[in-house]
Amino acid sequence: MSIQTWTYIIVGITFSVYIGIAIWSRVQSTKEFYVAGGGVGAWANGMATAADWMSAASFISMAGIISFAGYDGAVYLMGWTGGYVLLALLLAPYLRKFGKFTVPDFIGERYYSNNARLVAVFCALLVSFTYVAGQMRGVGIVFSRFLEVDINTGVVIGMLIVLFYAVLGGMKGITYTQVAQYCVLIFAFMVPAIFISIQMTGNPIPQFGFGSQLSDGSSMYLLDKLDNLNVELGFNEYTENTKPLIDIFAITFALMVGTAGLPHVIVRFFTVKRVSDARKSAGIALLLIAILYTTAPAVAAFARTNLLETISNKSYSDIPQWFKKWENTGLIKFEDLNNDGMIGYSNNDSNELYVDRDIMVLANPEIANLPNWVVALVAAGGLAAALSTAAGLLLVISASVSHDLIKRVIYPEITDKGELIAARISAFFAVCIAGYFGINPPGFVAAVVALAFGLAAASFFPAIVMGIFYKKMNREGAIAGMLAGIGLMLFYMLKFKFDFFGGGDVEDYWFGISPEGFGTVAMLLNFIVSFLVMNFTSPTPEKIKDIVDNIRTPEYE
Amino acid sequence: MKSKNNLKSYWETNIKYVIVLLLFWFTFSFLFGIILKDFLNEFSFAGFKLGFWFAQQGSIYVFVLLIFIYVRLMNNLDKKYGYKK
Repeated sequence: MSIQTWTYIIVGITFSVYIGIAIWSRVQSTKEFYVAGGGVGAWANGMATAADWMSAASFISMAGIISFAGYDGAVYLMGWTGGYVLLALLLAPYLRKFGKFTVPDFIGERYYSNNARLVAVFCALLVSFTYVAGQMRGVGIVFSRFLEVDINTGVVIGMLIVLFYAVLGGMKGITYTQVAQYCVLIFAFMVPAIFISIQMTGNPIPQFGFGSQLSDGSSMYLLDKLDNLNVELGFNEYTENTKPLIDIFAITFALMVGTAGLPHVIVRFFTVKRVSDARKSAGIALLLIAILYTTAPAVAAFARTNLLETISNKSYSDIPQWFKKWENTGLIKFEDLNNDGMIGYSNNDSNELYVDRDIMVLANPEIANLPNWVVALVAAGGLAAALSTAAGLLLVISASVSHDLIKRVIYPEITDKGELIAARISAFFAVCIAGYFGINPPGFVAAVVALAFGLAAASFFPAIVMGIFYKKMNREGAIAGMLAGIGLMLFYMLKFKFDFFGGGDVEDYWFGISPEGFGTVAMLLNFIVSFLVMNFTSPTPEKIKDIVDNIRTPEYE
Repeated sequence: MKSKNNLKSYWETNIKYVIVLLLFWFTFSFLFGIILKDFLNEFSFAGFKLGFWFAQQGSIYVFVLLIFIYVRLMNNLDKKYGYKK
């Protein structure tokens, strides 16, 4: 069967499963809609969190980015996993004990202020919309590449599916579809990785194959070979850093803290039954995420070696079929500058080859000559990754509007039924806005994803951590800290990404830290400003200190 | 007042666990994977340069382990203080 037929079959089956789950898990109350009734088991929540977290970027783009960045790619690997340690140790159990519905809920009550809540709502909406636009685009791209439909049609199909299970089933529907989506995406990621690892090194476990000797008879270690190939073509050694280490440090830190502060991840821990389940499911989530995250750098190294060996310095007329196919999509471009008919790939002006990073995962099965059903599986996996993350984000958006804005600020008398309707309507509008951005992607999406992490690091993380671990932190301190953190982060981003305030280049970076890593600095400013302002303003009321004590005490089982 | 004192010592033990585990968290990622990377890359480990291995593999395994250790420690602590049977 052709790749296309296989893709229709596999994508069709997975989509029917998602819709089936949506119908089974319709909800009747806001508690079910926002936090799945608070009755999700530790394993189910761990799987759902893993799918929620691993987005189109993790599935499609990350291995490719690492493939081109080498050692520097570690910022994503450590940054997007290390945050779970912070979540499990510093946030998840306490937020579960607090037992409300959203992150702004916690900020608003702990800092006894609707202004604090509104600042949190603003951040939650900004972070989530930034993120969701990228996911919808991802759905469109997967559809267009594998099923040869228009990108926009792909976005609309994705919207309809998400709309169906998010509006009908709320968090409950989302949780159980995410469980299914985790299974699909991890299977789809691992199968080609294992095949390729066996082909290249004879070792079926990619994590070990990555450090093994090549099975091409040279008995050279894969990474040594890759270092040599990279150096020959004028690139840095694969295993050495290109960015300065201080920047690597700052980016890793910002991504970790940002991960721990992202509302769509935190909110997943409101859904479990007990405090101890919150800790356990954070561990399970990271374990399940680590399966993909330790495989991705192996895939990156295999793909890079494969690419350099099969096409660099080869004659264009002998090039394999897949190269021509992906050339049509514009993801690979070859321009014969010196008219010698050979593909010259190098790190200087004479480079003749452009390779889009996404291709490392999308075309990998074809490059390695794997069966057609494996290629189709990758399409289904990419869709699962994008849809699961989009759904989680949409729920945060709708809860921020219906719960934090309407119920808590604008119209507190609203009935539970009324709030549920409001939640569904906001979910509907959120899907439409996300779809709009998916069809007309603003050029700044890539630039602002870093901002999403920076903002979460600079706003939510310090406010929540101090809220739990530092009773003395008061309303004025927390609000001033959040505003200072967000303000500095926005300023730095606008200056260096959008050329506002005089712009600037790499040489002008403060402390040598890029905008991607600047969340670390903005977070520190948040802490400092919070402490200073706290010292000059009225102390935390006793009532609030009791709430903190209560959050710190696990429930009796 | 007994329960207040109880909570205080429960909380202090919890903080001690968190600090120790976060020291490990920092050591295996930021210290071994980034700050000491160049030095550790002099050593080879299962076909990897050691610093590179910590940055792209080892740190992640340690993260998973740390959370499960914390789960274990806290479950025992909860039992000790009677929060859990």
